[in-house]
Amino acid sequence: MDKNMTPINKVSFQDKMRSYAKHPGSLILLILVILAAVITVVTLLFLVGYILISGVPYLKPSLFSIEYNSENVSMLPAIINTVEMVVIALVLSVPFGVGAAIYLVEYAKKGNKLVEVVRLTAETLTGIPSIIYGLFGMLFFNIALHWRYSMMSGAATLAIMVLPTIMRTTEEALLCVPDSFREGSFGLGAGKLRTIFKIVLPAAIPGILSGIILSIGRIVGETAALIYTAGTVTGVAGLMDSGRTLAIHMYVLSNEGLHKNEANATAVVLLLVVLLINGLSSLVAKRFEAVK
Amino acid sequence: MRTREKIMEYVFLLAAVISIVAVALICVFLFANGIPAMHKIGFADFLTGTDWKPGNDKYGIFPMILGSIYVTGGALVIGVPIGVLMSVFMARFCPAKLYKILKPVVNLLAGIPSIVYGFFGLIVLVPFIREHFDSNGQSILCAAILLGIMILPTIIGASEPTIRAVEQSYYEGALALGATHERSVFTVVVPAAKSGILAAIILGVGRALGETMAVMMVVGNQPRVPDSILQGVRTLTTNIVMEMGYATDLHREALIATGVVLFVFILIINLCFSAIKRSGKE
Repeated sequence: MDKNMTPINKVSFQDKMRSYAKHPGSLILLILVILAAVITVVTLLFLVGYILISGVPYLKPSLFSIEYNSENVSMLPAIINTVEMVVIALVLSVPFGVGAAIYLVEYAKKGNKLVEVVRLTAETLTGIPSIIYGLFGMLFFNIALHWRYSMMSGAATLAIMVLPTIMRTTEEALLCVPDSFREGSFGLGAGKLRTIFKIVLPAAIPGILSGIILSIGRIVGETAALIYTAGTVTGVAGLMDSGRTLAIHMYVLSNEGLHKNEANATAVVLLLVVLLINGLSSLVAKRFEAVK
Repeated sequence: MRTREKIMEYVFLLAAVISIVAVALICVFLFANGIPAMHKIGFADFLTGTDWKPGNDKYGIFPMILGSIYVTGGALVIGVPIGVLMSVFMARFCPAKLYKILKPVVNLLAGIPSIVYGFFGLIVLVPFIREHFDSNGQSILCAAILLGIMILPTIIGASEPTIRAVEQSYYEGALALGATHERSVFTVVVPAAKSGILAAIILGVGRALGETMAVMMVVGNQPRVPDSILQGVRTLTTNIVMEMGYATDLHREALIATGVVLFVFILIINLCFSAIKRSGKE
């Protein structure tokens, strides 16, 4: 990695300035490139800073009361629903995602046509925007399966949405497990299944975990796919009840425009939770790299 | 023991097939619910009609198609130069220590939920444009700026590795011929990575085209053919979210048909993306 960063010809600062005087085009390019980096960083800092500064003063204990009413605009029921949504969606998608990855890496033979189709469809799923998932979820789970507006149909929709993420990260993690592990296990007389569950999967757990955490971040931040599947009813929801997650709660608040301060505070909580989850994911991924 | 092995292999196979089933189901349900409406309205009237008046049974989504194209185009104008230059900076200019800070920054940008972006646009960008331009704030310009920021991490995340992956000997050769560091990078390394960069931009197009909540909060949502970037428009995505809540009968089907049009756009973009990625590998 480092060899890309450091120029191979060491030049002093003065030489560099002299060179730029001779090649003003290079100087302009350098300035443009640095400008792009500054814009990116400043944008992020401004965005996060602005949301925090305008929202933190409105974080009040009443925002976290057990019961929601239009007086306290509590976000606690929405938070509970979000956790519920994450758990159901993961229960639905992790077995399939991990199973699919195991098939692709451990069972499928080279040049298998099916594998190419699976890859292509997984790629397609990655590119589909969340509003299309929302439409599909509404048509399939809510109407065709008669689940109506419910946490269940929202979670099922999100499960399909995060499936390619889980599949891809698991696949990468499995590919990173050295073949000598498998050979050693076979050599000791273990069958394929035992090798997968006792040797390969445990070694790949951190990689799989980072993919799952990434998916959690997506589920927590999702809105468009949930509005017409899980609905926007306030209050803690059961499996087959309509309920709003924190992101939807935030959307409804800012859309109504009645509770601007509460919307600000909700934005802070949502932003921090998602950033924390994403940070955790890259931390786990980095651990995995280090172990590898 | 052997039968268990065999059974589990089929279980894994079943899991692998799920993504195929999912794509097939999505296609079937969208098309089955959307195509009849297009037929009833008339394909030409639906796609090229400039009037969207559900009350009068007029369903023309041309303004929304145009709106999506304008907003996406605007986002590219802002996001592509910054994104590509930033990728070049990260891959070829910044010292390793700075890279360790910049990489998480880009990841953070990617992780922020679109509803938070939308909220930021609503409380910062919209008032800013209202004050400084002759506009009520919710406009193509505003959506373009916001989407430009949102597609940055998509573009950087995909193009930075391809610029980094260009053979070091290309760069060294250019340096040896007397080119400056900047010139070597921009005339030799970047062109060598162009298929990867193009793929990254297409990924950005897909993200911008499909973005819903953030756009909805800042774009104004008037279904009209705009004559200035300071006017509000409605995009394909926001058309669905705005009206699905109360739509019935043909109106509802027309909204699903809007989703079908968006879906077809996205599929075309996906195909382009795969094609470019594949041609880049060869």
